[in-house]
Formats: sequence, C-alpha cells, structure tokens
Amino acid sequence: MTDFIAMLADADFWVAVLRIATPLIFGTLGVLLCERAGVLNLGIEGIMVFGAFAGWLTVYAGAGLWVGVLAAALAGAAFGALHSLLVVRLPLSQHVAGLGITLLATSLAYYAYRLGFPKVDSPPKIEAFQAMNWLPVPILAEQTPLTLLALVLVPLIAYVLYRTPIGLALRAVGENPHAVESQGIDVIRLRTGAVIAGSALMGVAGAFLTLAAFNSFFFNMVNGRGWICVALVVFASWRPGKALLGALLFAFFDAAQLRLQQSGGGALPYQLYLMLPYLLSIVALVIAARKAAYPQALMQPYVKGAR
Amino acid sequence: MNYGRTSSSDLQSKSSNPSEINLAVTALSLQHISKRFGSLIANDDISLTLGRGEVLALLGENGAGKSTLMNILFGHYVADSGSISVFGETLVPGKPQLALARGIGMVHQHFTLADNLSVLDNVMLGAQSLLSLRSQRTAAREQLNDLSQRFGLTVSPDAVVRNLSVGEKQRVEILKALYRGAKILILDEPTSVLTPQEVEQLFGTLRHMVAEGLSVIFISHKLDEVLAISTQIAVLRQGRLVHECAAREATKESLALAMVGRDVKRVQRAETDHTAPKSVALSVRSLALAHESSRVALSNVTFDVAAGEIVAIAGVSGNGQRLLADGLSGLHRVATGQILLNGRAQTMGARAAIDAGVARIPEDRQHVGAVGDLSVWENAMLPRTHEARFSKLSWLNRGGARRYTDALVKQFDVRLSSIEQPIRMLSGGNMQKLILGRELDGAPSVVIAAQPTWGLDVGAVSFVHEQLLNARARGAAIVLISEDLDEVFALADRIAVMCNGRLTTARDATEWSLQSLGLAMAGHSDSQPSKLEAQHAT
Repeated sequence: MTDFIAMLADADFWVAVLRIATPLIFGTLGVLLCERAGVLNLGIEGIMVFGAFAGWLTVYAGAGLWVGVLAAALAGAAFGALHSLLVVRLPLSQHVAGLGITLLATSLAYYAYRLGFPKVDSPPKIEAFQAMNWLPVPILAEQTPLTLLALVLVPLIAYVLYRTPIGLALRAVGENPHAVESQGIDVIRLRTGAVIAGSALMGVAGAFLTLAAFNSFFFNMVNGRGWICVALVVFASWRPGKALLGALLFAFFDAAQLRLQQSGGGALPYQLYLMLPYLLSIVALVIAARKAAYPQALMQPYVKGAR
Repeated sequence: MNYGRTSSSDLQSKSSNPSEINLAVTALSLQHISKRFGSLIANDDISLTLGRGEVLALLGENGAGKSTLMNILFGHYVADSGSISVFGETLVPGKPQLALARGIGMVHQHFTLADNLSVLDNVMLGAQSLLSLRSQRTAAREQLNDLSQRFGLTVSPDAVVRNLSVGEKQRVEILKALYRGAKILILDEPTSVLTPQEVEQLFGTLRHMVAEGLSVIFISHKLDEVLAISTQIAVLRQGRLVHECAAREATKESLALAMVGRDVKRVQRAETDHTAPKSVALSVRSLALAHESSRVALSNVTFDVAAGEIVAIAGVSGNGQRLLADGLSGLHRVATGQILLNGRAQTMGARAAIDAGVARIPEDRQHVGAVGDLSVWENAMLPRTHEARFSKLSWLNRGGARRYTDALVKQFDVRLSSIEQPIRMLSGGNMQKLILGRELDGAPSVVIAAQPTWGLDVGAVSFVHEQLLNARARGAAIVLISEDLDEVFALADRIAVMCNGRLTTARDATEWSLQSLGLAMAGHSDSQPSKLEAQHAT
C-alpha cells in the first residue's frame, strides 16, 4: 500500500502515464471520428504500424521530424481513402474491409522495411522528438510536442463536433444518414471525409511510437494498441473528453503494472502483471458500456436512392 | 383568402422575392414524369400543377407511385423522363439541396431525424454551410421559437428527439422544413401515426400555412382526411394519374372508385350475438411484463376474449402492443399476473403456445413472420416442423411440406411463380396471405393478429379481414391489435385501448366513438365513451 502511495506521489510515474496515453489519445480520436460518421475502422492496427514506419522512414531519409509526422498522417489518410472506397462507396462489409486494411498495411510496412534494410542487427536509429524542457508545467515538460498536440486535439475535436455545422452533420450521419441526405448534405462525401481524417490521426498515433516514444522502427511495436483504441471509444461513449479519460485510465493501469513488475519482484509470473491493464480495462468497459449509446447507423451502409 | 397579408410575413427574408408574392402564381409544375424500377413502372407520364396557397391531395393505394413521385420531386430519385419547375424555373433533378434551396420541404413518412440530437440540432442540420467555423445557435433558437409559435407547433428546442412522441417528431419535421424556408411542403402519409386529435391539430397548422401563402402536397390513402383538408385532389393508380378534380366536387365513393379502379367490396361482419353463451378462450389477468425490447412496460393488463369474438386492442403503436403480442405468444416469462388459455395457465415458450392452439400473425411480417431467404415452403411449415407430417426422426419430410404448401397457396390465393422462391420475393400482400394461411391452419382456438393489414393494398386488406371473420365464425377467439381505427370498427366486437402499457376496459364497439377512442389513445383513460359525442369531423 505504501508502495502504491509512493508511486502516485512520484512525478516520473505520471510522466510515464502521459507518455503511454499519447498514442491511445490519437488513435481513439481517430476511431471516434470514423464511428461518429457510422463507419467501423478496424484498419487502425495496421494503419498505426504503417504510420510508425512511414514517419520513421521519412525522418531517416533526412527530413524533419514534423515532416515525418505529416508523412504518417498522409499515409494514414491514404489507407482511410481506401477503406472508405471499400465500405462507404461500394459498400462492402466494414469488418472484413477493416481487417483487410490491417493485414495489408502491416505486411506492407514490414515488407518495405525488410526490403530497405535486409541485413541489420539492430534497428537503425533516428534523432527523435525531445522533451519540452522549456515548458514551465512540471509533468508536461517531460513530454514531447506530440503529447501536447494530442492534448490540444481533444478540445479541438470536441469543439468541431459540438459547435460547428460540420460536426453536427457528422453526429447526425452516424445516427441516421437519411436525416443528413434529406437536408441536402452528401452522405458519401461526409463519411469519406470523416474516415480519411480519422485514419490520418491513426497514422500519427503510430508515428508517435517511432518519433517520440522510441527512436527506431521494429516489428510488433504497435502490439495491439489499435484494438485498445477501438474499445476505448465504446468506453468513451463516442465523446472526445471521455476518450481522453479512457486513454489516461488504461495508461495508468499499464504504467502501474510496469512498476509492480519491478517492485513486486518475482512473487508472481510477469505475464500476470502484463494482463492487468487489459483485465481492468475489460471491467471498466463492462461498467461503462452497459449504457453506451451506439451511433445507431454504425456499420449501416448508405445507398442513395435505395428503397 | 387574403394573400396580401403574406408579403409582410414571408417565411424567410433571405429568399423573399417580391415577384413571387403574386396571386395567380403556379408554385409547382410537374411535366410528363416517368420512372421505372426494373420492370416496374412506378410513374407513367404524370403531369400535375400546384398553385400558391393550395392543398393538393395525392391519393392512391400502396404502390400506386405517390412516394416515388415525391421522392423525384425532392431529388432523392431521378426521373427517367419529364421535368419539374418551381415558381416558373426548371429544377435540376437528383439534388435534394437544390430542391431545398428552391423552397421544397418534405416530411417523410419515415421520419428523417437523428434520434441522438436535440430538436434544435435537427432543425439546424444542413442549414449552414459545412465550412462555417461556428454554429449560429442563438439565432437559430430564436427563429425556431418564432416559427413554432406562429404555426402552433409546440416542441421544446432542447428536448432530445429520442424522447419525443411520434406526434412531436412530426412537428419537428415540419419545423425543419419551415426553418429552411419551405414554400411548398410535401407531407407523405402524415396522419398514419397520429391520434384523431393530433390529426385535427396538424390540419389546423396546415390551414394556417396555406393562409400564409404556402402550398401543400398531402399524400394519403384516407379519403375522409383528403376531403377535409385539400383543395385539389389527384388520384394515382399503378403509376398513372387516373383522376383529377377539385375537392368540393369529390365524394368518398368517386375517389374510392378512382383509387381502386373497381367497386370496393366491403366486408360484412355478423352482428355480435349477445345472447349466445360465452366460453372464455383467452383470459389475461393483471398481467405485468417488462422487457428490454420495449420502451414501455405492461402493467395491470386485464381482458377476456370469448370463443367467436374479436377483441380489438386499439392505440398508437409503440405503447406496449408488441410486448403484449409477444407475451401472449409465449415469448416472455410473465412477471406477475396470469394468461389463461381455455382455463389453463400458459407456460413459457413459443412451442408451448403453438401447441396450446395460439396462432400469431406478427406485426413485422418481414422479419418476425417469415425468414426472408428461406423458400416459401420452408416458411409455410416453420411453426410446425416437429409435427409428423413435416418431419420424422429429425428428418425433414420435404415432399410433405411441399404438398402442404401447394394446397395452402391454392386455398389462400397466394400469387407466386414457385414455392421454391425465397419468401422475400413475394409482395407484402402475398406474404401476409401465406402467413395467414399457415397460422389459421389447424383451427387455432386463439388468434393474435398484430397490425395484420399494415401496408397492404385494398384488395389484400379485405381478404385478410374476411379470413379473420371466418375464423371468428368458426369459433376462434381473436385479439386484433391495430392502430387503423377503420379496421377496428369494421371487425371488433369489443374494443380496448392501449396507452403507455396500460389497457382500458374492453367495451362493446358500439359504445365507442372516434372521439372517445382518440382520447383514450392519448391516455385519458377515465373519459367515459359516449355515443352522443360528436362523430368524426367529416
């Protein structure tokens, strides 16, 4: 117990929480945009892998770090465009297309990596984002600018969703596309735009791993974070503020289990500690999801003029 | 009517144009509109005009092409040929946003509202450019309040649409159109979901709009309402415009004839025999039932149905009728109270109910009554697959099932190309005939018929009514759950009204008037029905 209190009092612990939360915030906001528009995007896991690779490769090739972030966002947007072509325009099964995108993007990233760097023993490194030591805010000063960007995006996306006409249209199109169409707004274009924007955020979520958390690209580095984001959106009831809360909560559990692994020593197999954040997340999800108000048109394709 | 007054109260200042404020203006003109869906000709060379301040009723059976025509006008569909002009200017086809901009507003039969949003949000949707950086909520709220006061469309701007009643949702739909500056309002079957009092209220609003110079197209298949509200009437049949007249020259009979193309056979119900000894076949005692599938729970529902009697449960749907039908069919475990079938307590389970002689004609024939992708013969045997004639030792007797279906199809006049085709290919009327035949087979002692004629054309409706009356004559106890009051009065011996999960006492049909039914449907259950009350407005 005293260990636990000491942990909470330790600023380093909270630095870790915020660092772990950052890609989850980007990813969850990305999923949120897609699902508010009524589109499930299970491509997130693969898009994060590809975003991580694209961002890292751009910087490795000599470009600036922010150019790397932009490249990751563009790569994410491209996969978002592919996904929306498949599920919004055509419209195919959102589950199948999403998983297909994940497989495609992951394999493409790994293949390109192997092709470009066939014989490396240790992953090539880049000069990653540095902490913002110039900031007078204690824990935030230990973070990279990407974390600040994630934290700024939360109120920004909330503003767009709740205070602008396009946000209103987005919230409506995931609930009832006919309501949007009958008011003269193009459902297909609106959904396509939302999926592309959301996927760009997923790309940035991946880029955080290679450009800020680590300084190189390696296999399995995304390691299921994309799937966590899909669950976090349900936990968040599709609200940006709650999405931030959910990401922080999961990151808290994850950072805590890392500490426990170290301090708890060999008392328990380490796999049990690894399970902890997922177990607690499932419990939190069960509690929160009981009254989750799903967007009613989620996964419902819209075909104009269909009867 | 004083059209001059409208110039000072034009609906939307930004689109007001002095040249449009003119007496003899044609608001809308449709010229030679044709539209095909595959081999079906939905609209065949239809031309119509609508003047300013007029109410044009578009009358026709289901499938006559009314909704298709209006969807073309609004830009949801594109016509194969023909043209539309609004206030003298040609309308570009297939673009709802252009139709909206020209002042065409549409209230769809199935509401196009986002349930998760507030009334204000729904009204504002699409009114501003999507690229604006800020929603003009304050101004919109003022304008909405102003409109709702002017036209008597009371609804709270901050209420979430999910929590509104059907009547309120319709008001939001109308407000949406008015907010967008509609000068021509299309209402697609607006009264089908309203109580008689709500219909009167709607008509009050419409008269108000017409007095302010708006034009209205009113789509319906209810003759009384059409005669009550419209100035012009156009009748569609099988995609063609077959009759056009001024409302004051029309009669119910002339319209019905034009609509159906032949004299309508009215079903004749044998009078209720009060002297015959009654044996109660179905008895529901203080039933309480709640289930997550239903927003409302049943509480203290009590009624009896005697053999050879039709008891109608009237009411606006969504007030617990589906839960009651499910409960009576054994789909839910009863919380408190009792359901007695021929004196025996009903046990839980659909199979038990079927075996006890309960037949069910479900409200949702597409999804509950049938399995769309299975063939007609598979659907025909579905409730009784366990019987020896359809299966032995868990092996289907396919030949037996096909022979049974052939007989059923002949007896109930189901039109189809083959009993092998998936049942979803059948028209609504033919599907219902098959379900009816299947359920009435084997002389069930209790029949639960939920909205049995919903969405059927006149011919199929009278067939269904005939079959229910035949079952009544045979001695079946029939529970008719319906929101169609004409149907209720045509068939029922006794009527009870369901509102918000509660059921009024079942009284003789002759003791109810439309007015008292309407009051009970709106929840004023203590109002005493009286024959002396005014009959229906027309």
